[in-house]
Amino acid sequence: MATSAISEPKLMLTLPGDAIRQIQWRFADRFDLQMLVQSARGVARGPVAQMVAAGERNSHEWTPAKNEMLLTFDRAGITAAFMEPEEGGFISGPKNLALSLAAFELSWVDGGAATASLAGFLALAPIHERGTAEQAQRYMSLSAPPQPGEDRKPWRGAFVLTEPIPYVGVDTGMLSGKVRIAEWKDGSEPMLQVDKRGRFITNIAFANFVTAAVNSDDERIKSSCVIILEDTDEGTFDHGTATKKLVHQLSSTGDPIFNLKVPASRIVGGYTVKDGVIVPNFTHAEVIEAVFRRTRVTVGLMTAAKLLSAVEPVIRYQRGRFRGAEGAKPGTVRYEQGIQQREDALHRLVDVWATGEAAASLGFAAARLFDELDPIEKQKTAILAERGVTGGRAELKALRDSEQRAIELLSLRADDPRHAELAADPLVQFVLKDAEANVLCPATKLWNTGHGANMMREAVSLMGGYGITEDCPGFLASKWMDAQLEATYEGPEAVQRRQLTVTMTSEVFLAQLRAWKREMRHIATTHPGTGACTLASAIEMWLWTLHYLQNATDASGGRLYHGQRQGVTFPMADALCWLLASRTQILDVLELEARGASDAVAAEGLEGTVQFLSDLCHTQAAQAAGEVSRICAELVFGYREHPGWDGIGCSTCFSADELEAFEETMPGISAMATDVVAIDGAHPDKAGPCAACTGANDFLRLQNRLCSCLSGSRLAKDRAAETVSKVMIPEALDYPA
Amino acid sequence: MSTTYQIVVCAGIVPDPLQSLEPVTGPNGPGLKNEMVLPAVLDPWAASALYEAAHLAAKLPGSKLWLVSLGPKAKLQQVMMTIAQKVAFELVPIDGPIGGFTDAHATAAALADAIAALPGLDRTRLLLFGGWESASRGAGITLQLVGERLGITDQFQGVDQIDVREDGSFEVLERVEGGKHQVSTCAGAPAVLGWATGCLAEPRNNPQVGMANMRTLMPALQKAKPATLAANGLQYVDVHLPSQQRTTRVERDMTPEDIARELVAWIGAE
Repeated sequence: MATSAISEPKLMLTLPGDAIRQIQWRFADRFDLQMLVQSARGVARGPVAQMVAAGERNSHEWTPAKNEMLLTFDRAGITAAFMEPEEGGFISGPKNLALSLAAFELSWVDGGAATASLAGFLALAPIHERGTAEQAQRYMSLSAPPQPGEDRKPWRGAFVLTEPIPYVGVDTGMLSGKVRIAEWKDGSEPMLQVDKRGRFITNIAFANFVTAAVNSDDERIKSSCVIILEDTDEGTFDHGTATKKLVHQLSSTGDPIFNLKVPASRIVGGYTVKDGVIVPNFTHAEVIEAVFRRTRVTVGLMTAAKLLSAVEPVIRYQRGRFRGAEGAKPGTVRYEQGIQQREDALHRLVDVWATGEAAASLGFAAARLFDELDPIEKQKTAILAERGVTGGRAELKALRDSEQRAIELLSLRADDPRHAELAADPLVQFVLKDAEANVLCPATKLWNTGHGANMMREAVSLMGGYGITEDCPGFLASKWMDAQLEATYEGPEAVQRRQLTVTMTSEVFLAQLRAWKREMRHIATTHPGTGACTLASAIEMWLWTLHYLQNATDASGGRLYHGQRQGVTFPMADALCWLLASRTQILDVLELEARGASDAVAAEGLEGTVQFLSDLCHTQAAQAAGEVSRICAELVFGYREHPGWDGIGCSTCFSADELEAFEETMPGISAMATDVVAIDGAHPDKAGPCAACTGANDFLRLQNRLCSCLSGSRLAKDRAAETVSKVMIPEALDYPA
Repeated sequence: MSTTYQIVVCAGIVPDPLQSLEPVTGPNGPGLKNEMVLPAVLDPWAASALYEAAHLAAKLPGSKLWLVSLGPKAKLQQVMMTIAQKVAFELVPIDGPIGGFTDAHATAAALADAIAALPGLDRTRLLLFGGWESASRGAGITLQLVGERLGITDQFQGVDQIDVREDGSFEVLERVEGGKHQVSTCAGAPAVLGWATGCLAEPRNNPQVGMANMRTLMPALQKAKPATLAANGLQYVDVHLPSQQRTTRVERDMTPEDIARELVAWIGAE
């Protein structure tokens, strides 16, 4: 009798290497970025790791060794990665992906080192995004590392926004820092007096200049601005005391004080004088928005790096756990597999790994998106300026038509003649990418760092007691705690959720999300093992729930979805992040599958690698679906009053005698009735009659479908676990512990 | 100093030594398990040769430096993302198999042919550099064979230092027994120098150098000529890693001095 053979699943041979990652994260054809990655990796796993291993994190102060780290960054090209070639850099064009990759590599070993590199960029970012040409030229050139043969110390900068409580922090609108006019002689430039106290300011111990957010304290200066202060300016430039933080100790953090007299030309982006009033071209809020919407992505990727960096040390620990014991002789399962004999150890590591993959995919997708958005944004500004449209509100109004065109584009098939016309419209392109970026940036920051910190705890737990010691390979305990700071700085979780509350309900984004749902269903037809169908069902549930919440009221008649009702809006933001991360993870695996074969290194064992990464996608999609289902169910039903055993609540209950009468005509009905009240008022032991699902039948149908969609996800996890137990890892970690 | 050289460094790529290196026998003979997907580095001894060559070329303006490397070009490209940032050179890639089990004669022939075909090569000024050892299974003869094929008979192995004199001659320090060096004087190029570790630190990465190298490096990789290396009847009877044994003993009352003493005695007995 003929039998069909079941083919053995292909296993991933080794941990994913550079060839795989370059394809997944779309820099296989960017040798400038590949070099930056190697350079940053050399610094991270060399000098930085040695510093951490030597206990350099044990002090809050800025030490010579920490200072040497900055010089190492300079020499390795990390500092120059932010600059254009004419400013001393080596990468042309947008650099969001470049900086993300550098931070990812540094954070693989130490988040503080990554922060130290990023903080310099953060100081320059206001100037880069909104500064005048003169400001950009001066501060970029001064901050560029010296070229060979140049004898010059590069300037270091700090971004000074946060202030002592109760001022600017979570709410960037409450500024106590002030600017007023010190001198304004006829025909000469006004001199400004700046008073600002900072709190938790990174890079401050050695900063030569800062970009500080201040409010006007003078009727001759309008609103607020970001202003550049130098340590040689007249007055006080006090670097302050070091913050006694328990994390990221390789970066300098302190509380500075500034009381300085500076020329008005230091206002970032310049100013105009109208009716005797200095009007900054950009308020501090406008500058900050332009800066943070980019830099927050990088922070999210720092936590992603930690999660993926935990995989190798955990596997090594698990496998070698019993070696050396009397009962664990070479060749025995106990010797060879150690704790990996146990399914739980493998499954938990699969969860950590899947989260890391999803977080990296989400972060790098966001970074790439900003690289695409940057030139289009400039094009948009130029087009609107040509039409005489400038300024925030006027631009928003002018773009409304483009928004409708963008929504129309998303509804068209690719072969529709109008599709090409709309897709070629730069304003439509801007509107689409802007809407996506407005969601992906806070989502990356929120989910990667928040959920990432939770999963880092899981990674630490997989190392047992070893995990919380200084000896733990991979510095996992430090990374766990560092992740908490990453969840906090550059806008804590509440800020990201609040931003998502607004941006995720934009018409353009929702149209995109609907298109992504269709995209996932389509992918599922060819790649059912990725969990794309599960994800599509979860997106559908999220969309249904949002629509429901936007139109429904609670038991008291209060609107459910509005800005102040964070019990509703924030969980929906959380749920969306899971979906976005899972989608980008799936897309990255498809990219690898499509392009991997043409790369000789990636092609080796590609089938097994794609299978494993697909299994991680499926696992992650199931987790995302579970989260979405839980959150949505809670929101849909949680604001309804549970019926009680009183008159109104009991209106749908059977009374015992009534049921007895029905039984004569409908035998067996008693068995179906759950809420029965006896003549004496006695009722079953529970809170009340079961709640009706009026208006939510569609939700239950979606939820039912979603449950079925989980089919296969645990099989995928089992397969992934098998790979984790067999994948080849290096003999030793490539950085000291 | 008016002396200028044309320095050719022969350098292969090897799996990162931290990786798990497990010998396996495939259809083409012995190799390492998953070798193609293991991260690779420039062979450390040859890397020393490259850094010394770059240092020498920088000291003698007008000198030229080529790096001739045989390996799968996709892997060469990955390695170049690091190496190209360290020193300036022109890459001559040969797209061939990776691994330490190829026949040294066939490898030497491919390298010698590539060197002989270098445009503008002046053999009277040629210094052929390479590693005297290898992090893969070093045959120990490849560089000598390349030199022989190019007709270079002045050969030095285990080199740690070269000092060029005004008259174009140079002094070479070669490692000999007992941690000592043999000092030789060579009248001038051409010569073969198989480097030990040299005396220079690994240059730091400099992306500016990398970007400059990339202008010629990427086109060279795209045009890399394929090379098939004949086995020439070479057969391996057995391939295995050096045996490792872990012996654990629990001692509660030994002083650090006693532990150190016992360790020294144990190492000495090995």
